[in-house]
Amino acid sequence: MVKVRPEAAQLWSWLEEVADPEIPAISVVDLGIVRDIRWNDDELVVTVTPTYSGCPATEVIARDIREALLARGVEKVRLETKLSPPWTTDWISERGRRRLQESGIAPPASGLIQIENVACPRCGSHAVEMISRFGSTPCKSIYKCRACLEPFDVFKRH
Amino acid sequence: MSLPEYLLRLGDNALILSQRLAEWCGHGPVLEEDIALTNVALDLLGQARLWLGYAGELTGRDEDQLAFLRDAGEFRNVLLVEQPNRDFAHTMARQFFFDVWHGLLLEKLSASKDERIGGIAAKALKEVAYHKHRATDWILRLGDGTGESHARMQQAADDLWMYTGELFEMDALEGEMHQAGVGCDLAALHEPWLNEVSRIFREATLEVPKQSWMQRGGKRGIHSEHLGYILAEMQFLQRAYPGAKW
Repeated sequence: MVKVRPEAAQLWSWLEEVADPEIPAISVVDLGIVRDIRWNDDELVVTVTPTYSGCPATEVIARDIREALLARGVEKVRLETKLSPPWTTDWISERGRRRLQESGIAPPASGLIQIENVACPRCGSHAVEMISRFGSTPCKSIYKCRACLEPFDVFKRH
Repeated sequence: MSLPEYLLRLGDNALILSQRLAEWCGHGPVLEEDIALTNVALDLLGQARLWLGYAGELTGRDEDQLAFLRDAGEFRNVLLVEQPNRDFAHTMARQFFFDVWHGLLLEKLSASKDERIGGIAAKALKEVAYHKHRATDWILRLGDGTGESHARMQQAADDLWMYTGELFEMDALEGEMHQAGVGCDLAALHEPWLNEVSRIFREATLEVPKQSWMQRGGKRGIHSEHLGYILAEMQFLQRAYPGAKW
């Protein structure tokens, strides 16, 4: 059997289909945590960086990436973790930010965490208030919109 | 080999404080606080795994063995982090004192000559900056709150003050790590720490405690009676069912 080594573009497009397990609206690529893909002989090495040190999704993400590649015929996959430079929400792609917005999660603000940078993902109002610095996952906080009165998640700038 | 010992100090601080915060799970005063406390605990647990994982690679014991199979005398955390949760004021005063110090420490360590330490510190620093914001919010809110909340926050600060001296204690190991460019001069962190604590306390209408006698020993494995109880709960499963896997 001839060993096929799919092109990088193909591999990236496969990984774009791997959703974040806790925020399925966004893929691991759009989240900016897949840092590198390279072939080491016949083994594909995928370098991943964690969002938060203790994020429980990290192990699930590693498994999902491996399974997605194996399912598409890549025979050997190895995952490497790279801490430095540390992940930042600036690495979330434009498409990722749009998808967060569409799923009701305000994308991370640019600049410091400031309340005026946050807009309600439902009605767009900037009349918002923080309810809690921490939300349902380490990467989110909880806000409330004073215009439409809906509470919503905000992807924390990190 | 002194590097593993140094890593245990870093890792055990994060691990024991994480375990303490996790005790709040299901008991938070409101749901948002319950979630916040355990999110901070989760960050610290992740950091503990990184430090202990590194220590484990150098000593041939993995992170789980280090966390679950050492007895109290082998733990190297400072006494502050093992102090009981008591009321919310005590929990947040402990957190605030620790977070301000932790941030200063990690900032220094992110420039460590040991690249792995530098990488972990830079990663952790971003998380700790957020923890500190939240702890600061609570010092202000309780300190400059009602008569009751003010009194409790002042009491908590007074009770915990004697455990803050150890954070800045230099000994042979810290000195060696500092000299090697791996660690940092903890004594030099005291002034910026006290400045920040004083600034926030002033704003919170709290008094910076005056007492000067400081309790110490945790970094050498001499702990308060509280650590044994923490370990009894944290280590029970691995002690009762050795090698049990999730």
